Amino acid sequence: MATAPAPSQRKAFTNARLIDPATGLDQEGGVLVDGETIADVGAELFEDGVPEGIEAIDCNGQCLIPGLVDTRAHLGEPGDEQKETLATAGRAAVAGGVTTIVCLPNTNPVIDDMSGVEFVARRARKLGLAKVYPYGAITKKLKGEEIAELGMLADAGAVAFTDGYKTIADAQLLRRALSYAKTFDLLLAQHPEEPSLAKGGVMNAGETATRLGLMGNPSQSEVIMVERDIRIVELTGGRLHFAHLSTADSIDAVRKAKASGLRVTCDTSPPYFALNELAVGDYRTFAKLSPPLRTESDRQAVIEGLKDGTIDTIASDHLPQDEEAKRLPFAEAAPGGVGLQTLLPITMELYHNGHMDLIDALDLITRKPADLFKLPAGRLEKGAAADFAIIDPSRGWQVSQTTLLSKSKNSPFDARPVQGQALTTVIDGRVVHSVES
Amino acid sequence: MNTDDTAATKFLQRHILGIEGLLPHEITVLLDRSESYVEQNRQRDKKKSVLRGRTIINLFFEDSTRTRTSFELAGKRLGGDVINMSVSTSSVKKGETLVDTSMTLNAMHPDVLVVRHPQSGAVKLLSEKVNCAVINGGDGAHEHPTQALLDALTIRRRRGHLDGLVVAICGDILHSRVARSNIHLLNTMGARVRLIAPETLLPADVGRLGAEIFHDMTEGLKDVDIVMMLRLQRERMHGNFFPSIREYFHFFGLDYEKLSNAKDDALIMHPGPMNRGVEIDSEVADDFGRSVIREQVEMGVAVRMACLEILTENLDDQDLRNL
Repeated sequence: MATAPAPSQRKAFTNARLIDPATGLDQEGGVLVDGETIADVGAELFEDGVPEGIEAIDCNGQCLIPGLVDTRAHLGEPGDEQKETLATAGRAAVAGGVTTIVCLPNTNPVIDDMSGVEFVARRARKLGLAKVYPYGAITKKLKGEEIAELGMLADAGAVAFTDGYKTIADAQLLRRALSYAKTFDLLLAQHPEEPSLAKGGVMNAGETATRLGLMGNPSQSEVIMVERDIRIVELTGGRLHFAHLSTADSIDAVRKAKASGLRVTCDTSPPYFALNELAVGDYRTFAKLSPPLRTESDRQAVIEGLKDGTIDTIASDHLPQDEEAKRLPFAEAAPGGVGLQTLLPITMELYHNGHMDLIDALDLITRKPADLFKLPAGRLEKGAAADFAIIDPSRGWQVSQTTLLSKSKNSPFDARPVQGQALTTVIDGRVVHSVES
Repeated sequence: MNTDDTAATKFLQRHILGIEGLLPHEITVLLDRSESYVEQNRQRDKKKSVLRGRTIINLFFEDSTRTRTSFELAGKRLGGDVINMSVSTSSVKKGETLVDTSMTLNAMHPDVLVVRHPQSGAVKLLSEKVNCAVINGGDGAHEHPTQALLDALTIRRRRGHLDGLVVAICGDILHSRVARSNIHLLNTMGARVRLIAPETLLPADVGRLGAEIFHDMTEGLKDVDIVMMLRLQRERMHGNFFPSIREYFHFFGLDYEKLSNAKDDALIMHPGPMNRGVEIDSEVADDFGRSVIREQVEMGVAVRMACLEILTENLDDQDLRNL
């Protein structure tokens, strides 16, 4: 540290286990925060004690990691305020160690023009909780007909583009959108589901659906769209990201496409590697998701995809639904689950169950999503924004109506005992969340 | 805790939401009790008073004549007060209506709710919101337990037993709650089930529920003891499941030629209402010696009397309050 800033703006986080997937750092050390940024980070820092005049915060040996980056969440504003607001989502996010969110454009009105992008960004900035970057819509009003003003939306701050839970089904339209997006090197994200094949299906097709008398959505509806889209990427050379992959076959299709050098990436969400279709049980509408929970062998294939790097990132797929939307016969209930607070603990299951090292599991929810979406986040780096979390990867808690801070409580993990909690969350140098340790 | 002796002679359930999960002795208890009402229903004086003071509400979210009438008669013959409520599902608020209506009705202290709903799982959802006993009168494509029980009673009275029989269920399995309840019941009681249908009308992996799959009536009906025809539920079909009624009847409609593959004394059953000339030939349906279709209707009242009586008995049993 060369210049000494005003002492009151400096905080020293000492006695931490620093984990930074970007550099592979995993050792004891500390972080010096100056105002809103990280002034220094390292093992030797504060070896001789914290200098006079700097507020010292003892991390008690817990892990200090970059704040989580969640690249797929529906935050309710504008239009769905009865289900979630930027404020309630922001509190849930920081409680879950999430400091950066990319939010979906399927709001009302749809985020398909610059004012929508600016509205969300401005509202979130005022709250001072997790930082929010919007997706822009690929098509105007998500109608799948006309391409939205991608270039201008990007200028206004949209970091990527998607039609949210709507698939771009028209092949010609996707081709044009990908080609056009290539002009500005923009990332498009697809909800891969062949709509006419999935139509009417409310859970994974198979024995469980048959037993419950529910119409099935076959897993082929996902891989068909993934395979088709891979061909369109081949045709256009654009960049396409597949959201929430849930089946063994679609992951395999992406694996092959990557091997042949195509610019495709994908993510999955915690339910798809921690649950299978049996979670629907006796018509549990909290387990009704889109895509639907699949078979046990699909679940295991998702874990394999995460381990071998085919799946690039994990996103929460946070989709709040109020009681009125969920307390219905299964086929009529709305799909989706809240996920901001379970992103960390369910990802930690990959570590606790021996599938990967702690630092690799954290990489999937910090540095990798930040890099993919080109966000200034996901690293413990000198000069970067001081957005980080102190976590206990083993601390147990139970997902419940009271522990979830989202306005809606529709978690597919409801009642599940989990391990992994953010003890303290820091955004721009401010402590925005802390629990008694 | 009940001793094994007592448990084996009791039906220890608070509701009848489905056949899946019932134990063989529980089904036997229901059938035995039903049996006792068959004769009574044939007498001039059909009335008993075991349900005196009890209120039964038939809550139907889907059109029904025979099931609703059957439950109504069953309740009245046992001396209960029966009220019929038909709720239109075309109203905008479908789901809300279900939970709201059930809470409203619950406040009126009914003893038994008989519920039919077009959505699978809806009756289970409703049963979680009320204090009374609930009988599933058919939910979506999930279960129709009293239909399976009346089918079993019909077979048992004709054949003396269920175990070892080979039963073919033919037609629209995909949309059929009757088929699912029957598959569960027949498997539980030791019968063997065959399903005969075009591939488009078979739900995924249905064989795993305990059935052998056939696509050919001649092959599938070979040496069966019972032929159960299902109604083609065209009102639930969105899209093309088969090219035409003519083609469907040609390959899957029951006529004498196809029936000749079954055992000579094979019984013909149909849950009704029948589409004559679609899934069943008129002559076969009316075959006095082999068609037991009208007998099924008769058994329906007896079965529903037994279900109502047993569930109301259980209402007084404190152990079952929390089931």
